Amino acid sequence: MNLELTERVIEVSNLKTYFYLDIGIVKAVDGVDFSVDRGKTLGIIGESGCGKSVTVHTIMRLIQSPPGKIVDGSIKLYRLKNNELEIVEITKLDPKGKEMRDIRGKEIGMVFQEPMTAFSPMYTIGDQIIEAILTHENIDKKEARERAIEFLRRVGIPRPERTIDTYPFQLSGGMRQRAMIAMALSCYPRLLIADEPTTAVDVTVQAQILDLLQELQEDMKLAIIFITHNLAVVSEIADDIAVMYLGKIVEFGKKEEIFSHPLHPYTVALFRSIPKVEGKLERLVPIYGNVPSSYQIPEGCSFHPRCENAIRGICNVTSPDLIDVGNGHKVRCLIYQKVEV
Amino acid sequence: MEILDKNTSNFLISVKNLKKYFPIQRGFLRKLVGYVRAVDDVTLEIEERETLGLVGESGSGKSTLGRTMIRLYDPTDGQILFKDGDKIVNLTELEGEELRKFRRNMQIIFQDPFSSLNERMTVLENVGDPLLINGLVSSKHELVDQVVETLQQVGLRKEDIRRYPHSFSGGQRQRICIARALILKPKFIVCDEPVSALDVSIQAQILNLLKDLQEQFAITYLFISHDISVVRYMADRIAVMYAGRLVEVAPRDELLTHPLHPYTEALLSAVPRTVSGRRKGRSILTGDPPDPANLPTGCVFHVRCRYAKDICKEEQPSLRSISSEHYVSCHLAENLALKGMEIYV
Repeated sequence: MNLELTERVIEVSNLKTYFYLDIGIVKAVDGVDFSVDRGKTLGIIGESGCGKSVTVHTIMRLIQSPPGKIVDGSIKLYRLKNNELEIVEITKLDPKGKEMRDIRGKEIGMVFQEPMTAFSPMYTIGDQIIEAILTHENIDKKEARERAIEFLRRVGIPRPERTIDTYPFQLSGGMRQRAMIAMALSCYPRLLIADEPTTAVDVTVQAQILDLLQELQEDMKLAIIFITHNLAVVSEIADDIAVMYLGKIVEFGKKEEIFSHPLHPYTVALFRSIPKVEGKLERLVPIYGNVPSSYQIPEGCSFHPRCENAIRGICNVTSPDLIDVGNGHKVRCLIYQKVEV
Repeated sequence: MEILDKNTSNFLISVKNLKKYFPIQRGFLRKLVGYVRAVDDVTLEIEERETLGLVGESGSGKSTLGRTMIRLYDPTDGQILFKDGDKIVNLTELEGEELRKFRRNMQIIFQDPFSSLNERMTVLENVGDPLLINGLVSSKHELVDQVVETLQQVGLRKEDIRRYPHSFSGGQRQRICIARALILKPKFIVCDEPVSALDVSIQAQILNLLKDLQEQFAITYLFISHDISVVRYMADRIAVMYAGRLVEVAPRDELLTHPLHPYTEALLSAVPRTVSGRRKGRSILTGDPPDPANLPTGCVFHVRCRYAKDICKEEQPSLRSISSEHYVSCHLAENLALKGMEIYV
């Protein structure tokens, strides 16, 4: 097995998740490709409704079906079993079956936006972390408790021997989020999915959580998929960035590339529309119009009604492909694609 | 009411030693066991046409201060002076009908446009209600005219008056909220995190709208936000709050580049940056904000302050002026070399 493949943790290709509702079909995820290697972070950014959460929920097979359905594509999870590399096709698994349940929590850990709703209020933090460990590991309760305490210490919770017996409501937002991270990592997953983990906390706590995630990533060589709508946060933590708009990745590339040479008109417009803490103070340029309803995704390039570079007769007709423009920088826009008119 | 002294400063609203304590009651008999000191001894002035940005962590008392300033909460102690033409009105003394009449001068825009509009009322009713309450229109025709005019000022269309809030997107709903605040032609508007609930691409539209309206109608804003980049875009001066107290007030760039309070330094260091990218160890602030019902003695920040000395544990610092426009409440302000942000990259 070559090195490149052993470093790989997950590979998503042409993933499509649609929701079949009475009022129509919502193409929440419509052909998404990416891969993440060990020790690397992929940042997925986009506005609400762009499909970033549905993408990771599909990876975890947490999409309720019906109405949700994986229509096409594959999710390959690379895992080590008895020191042998094994590739699991997640889309083929039964979401409620044993194999998928083994993957959730063991191979892939997940941190949610609001830890108050992700933890059960009825059990102590310790009960919940220990339960996760006992589900996946062949150890006894005492060892599991020790490991839980060890992880709580590692995420920077003071006096973990005592905190382990507290209920979620007794902790502050920042501490709850740390406990959530401890739980997600307690079975040494190779992949951590963080769905807006800092959106509900203050900037000071956000900085602490981001530092912590980076520390843990180095220690454990974790692959991280980090979802956020905050461009500054993603620039601090990600190696690669995927910009999503209406279910599709419209731009993908190294963080430095995306921030210094954004190519897609949506990415460019997004950068011009957010206030910054550095640089000259200039009037913000809002993006024209609103995100269209997910029932009626525009024909052709889905961004064309809001795009100032859109060319009539081309952009509203032809659907662009994700084109590699060099250095692994990919963009889905007809400007960069030779189109026959 | 006092007559305005020509020598006084150019303020629109001036707050002196304002306090808002919420009682904590326990047990069957609702016995009083203490107070949450949400706003504790705050003194500040906002000039006409100025935007004062108010930043701080959640629970620091930003919203309570904003709401107390426009008498949505009754202050526990202190004074709120409001300049009305050539008179100065002491808001803390107004009651009943007088207060109700005065309210048209001050309005508020809330964070969540999904919970701050009446879903059972059309846009016409939502936006026009303040006019009816204040008896400012004599006919339906006049009401519609004024509502339509205001809607157009905030970028909505005439036809929208018959629609219900549910049929609008978040950004458009926030425009309706702004129209409702604007229709009485207030002098002062408290903007309480007005863009936090909106998508990034919509935020700029609302921020620009608020700026344009300020220019057009000479409005004064108290702009509350936890997002430093948004406050930098909007504010002329920035005030920093911590555990119910004002810890620093200064002109925008001065505060961002040369903070004088250790808490401001920590807050600025935590702000994620797009250009400079990944920086380790930015989180120089440890621990959690104190429980406002049980504040530490001395300086409220000393338990988390990395510069704290003995005096900080014993004596409570008061807000004092370091230069003409820079106020800070820290014993050590002159002796610290704090790091601000390099904002001009």
